[in-house]
Amino acid sequence: MFDTALTWSDLAFLAQGAAMTLAVTAVSVTAGTVLGIVFGVLRVQLGAIWSAPLTFVLDVFRSVPLLIQLVLGNALQSIAKLGWAPFTTSCVVLSLYTAAYCSEIIRGGIDAVPATTRRAARSLGMTWWQDMRYIVAPLATRVSLPAWIGLTLGVMKDSALVLWLGLIELLRASQILVTRLQEPLFILLICGVIYFVISFPIARLGGYLERRWSPND
Amino acid sequence: MIEIKNVRKSFNALEVLKGINLTVNKGEVVTIIGGSGSGKSTLLTCINGLEPINSGQITIDGTDVHAKGTDLNKLRRKVGIVFQQWNAFPHLTVLENVMLAPRKVLGLAKEKAEEIAVKQLTHVGLREKLSVYPNRMSGGQQQRMAIARALAMSPEYMLFDEVTSALDPMLVGEVLDTLKMLAEEGMTMICVTHEMAFARDVSDRVAFFHHGVMAEIGTPDQLFGAPQHPDTQAFLASVR
Amino acid sequence: MLNYTFHWNQAFKALPQMLDGAVVTLQIALLSMVLGLAIALALTAFRLSGNRILSGFATSWVEVARNTPALFQIYMAHFGLGNFGIHLSPYTALLIGIAFNNAGYLAENFRGALKAIPDTQARAGRSLGMTPIQAFRLIVLPQMLRVAFLPATNQMVWAILMTSLGVTVGMNTDLAGITQELNARSFRTFEFFALAAVIYYIIAKLVTLAARLVAARMFKY
Repeated sequence: MFDTALTWSDLAFLAQGAAMTLAVTAVSVTAGTVLGIVFGVLRVQLGAIWSAPLTFVLDVFRSVPLLIQLVLGNALQSIAKLGWAPFTTSCVVLSLYTAAYCSEIIRGGIDAVPATTRRAARSLGMTWWQDMRYIVAPLATRVSLPAWIGLTLGVMKDSALVLWLGLIELLRASQILVTRLQEPLFILLICGVIYFVISFPIARLGGYLERRWSPND
Repeated sequence: MIEIKNVRKSFNALEVLKGINLTVNKGEVVTIIGGSGSGKSTLLTCINGLEPINSGQITIDGTDVHAKGTDLNKLRRKVGIVFQQWNAFPHLTVLENVMLAPRKVLGLAKEKAEEIAVKQLTHVGLREKLSVYPNRMSGGQQQRMAIARALAMSPEYMLFDEVTSALDPMLVGEVLDTLKMLAEEGMTMICVTHEMAFARDVSDRVAFFHHGVMAEIGTPDQLFGAPQHPDTQAFLASVR
Repeated sequence: MLNYTFHWNQAFKALPQMLDGAVVTLQIALLSMVLGLAIALALTAFRLSGNRILSGFATSWVEVARNTPALFQIYMAHFGLGNFGIHLSPYTALLIGIAFNNAGYLAENFRGALKAIPDTQARAGRSLGMTPIQAFRLIVLPQMLRVAFLPATNQMVWAILMTSLGVTVGMNTDLAGITQELNARSFRTFEFFALAAVIYYIIAKLVTLAARLVAARMFKY
């Protein structure tokens, strides 16, 4: 019989960690998506040249390791004496990180709507806003949703890095138990299974939507 | 000589060839006409061994195509095929497309393969396009390139599977002219086609396929002038 | 008003040290890509083999790599293997973790690329008398490479960014590790990490640029 020192309260501790992972992810993805939509639409409206500064800044968020971004975000809030809790700092940095990727997805989605379709909408007398709301948004959503689901899962996995700022999320909780119980493989396996159980079904859904909505079909 | 004896072929429960008998002699041009789903394209892919058959026999110059131990790769050098979709290799230039098989399959030296390729491409009127990538050309040009690619293997037989069906009407003529030229040069050819005027012009014999059966075969004058089988009559009436 | 004086000089003095770290970072990323590519090829072959056990193994690898955090994968290599009495150095654990991740994503990339090449291409090759292997090598593979190339270079950039995770398992010779050591000594967190961020950014952009140049030379069609 398999023997472990792991108790029910330890499992509850892991569950708390998982809840923290989900909380950070939920806040960051929500805020990041809103920002990402704004940035994405802005980039399309401004055109490549006028949106170059914005594009550059967003690209920086995608080209610098998230861990470094978290450390810098934390240092900045401390310099500015904002007194943010690690949770706030983590969510702010992760939101900007999410927004950088999301704006790329949104831009791709809008660009995928044929110009002729949009012209048809405008020629029917729709305003820019109506065109966006009734024509572009539904079509762009189809193109963007699978990638957005991928992004959400990516942020969920990347949120493990907030442990560096002292937040006890799923991976950090596992590490604490590993140190105490000295059963690294068993505890990490549980941790991995939890990540997998959250991620895999949603990843499958994304893959299904991508296949189903593929423009080639 | 290509001899097809009582060939049957099924895809799952659907029998597409129901006992086909046909002999094509050296230098002969045989065209096969018929409605879609009549099994005519399937026959061509069976002749060069791309598809297995369920029963019967196909021999090419005495070699049984579907016998175990037949070197199909060797046999296919003798039998060129061009498809409805020309299947240009997009990563190679026109010249490289045509040179590839002579070099890698026949093992020719680069210079020799290039000489052959240039000759065949000139033959089909693509001398000016040697260093172009296929996706920069029209469908008709790509199809002519595919013909040159097959000819570069110096085949003794050529199979053409509805080679103009996927082309814009304006581009059909240039490809048919190429086929006519080959026929006049004495190439042994089996063409599956929907172009009745072409079939009438170039064929020694025309075969009419209907629901997996060769309903009728004869000279163009016989088949188009005085069709015997009621299905042939109905088909010809519908395409006129 | 920020009541803080930036001390950039200190950071700039450490630049040579940090650049040494950047070399280690690049080295780990490259090695992990080479390992990842080799394993991904094997996993792709396993998946196509038709053997249940092999393809099940390959699929499990791909799904675990894609559905758990990279940091978790590095922890597994560093702490998890301890159960078997295997204690890897931070360098090795980091390399294995990233290679594991790369292999999973690249295998999925290869599968997509393979799907993108229509069957008729291989068929056209066969009809010219090519053997199945010739048709794959001369017709399918070159086209697959083009489809797979861009996602593979993205994975390389990912690998570079992932190396920074080594610092969490005690890695102290790569760019993130050295930056953290300098920071621990001086507490000039912002200056050192900002400089590190610039270096990471430049490396990522140089790699992307190099990949584009290679692609432009390799894929002319």
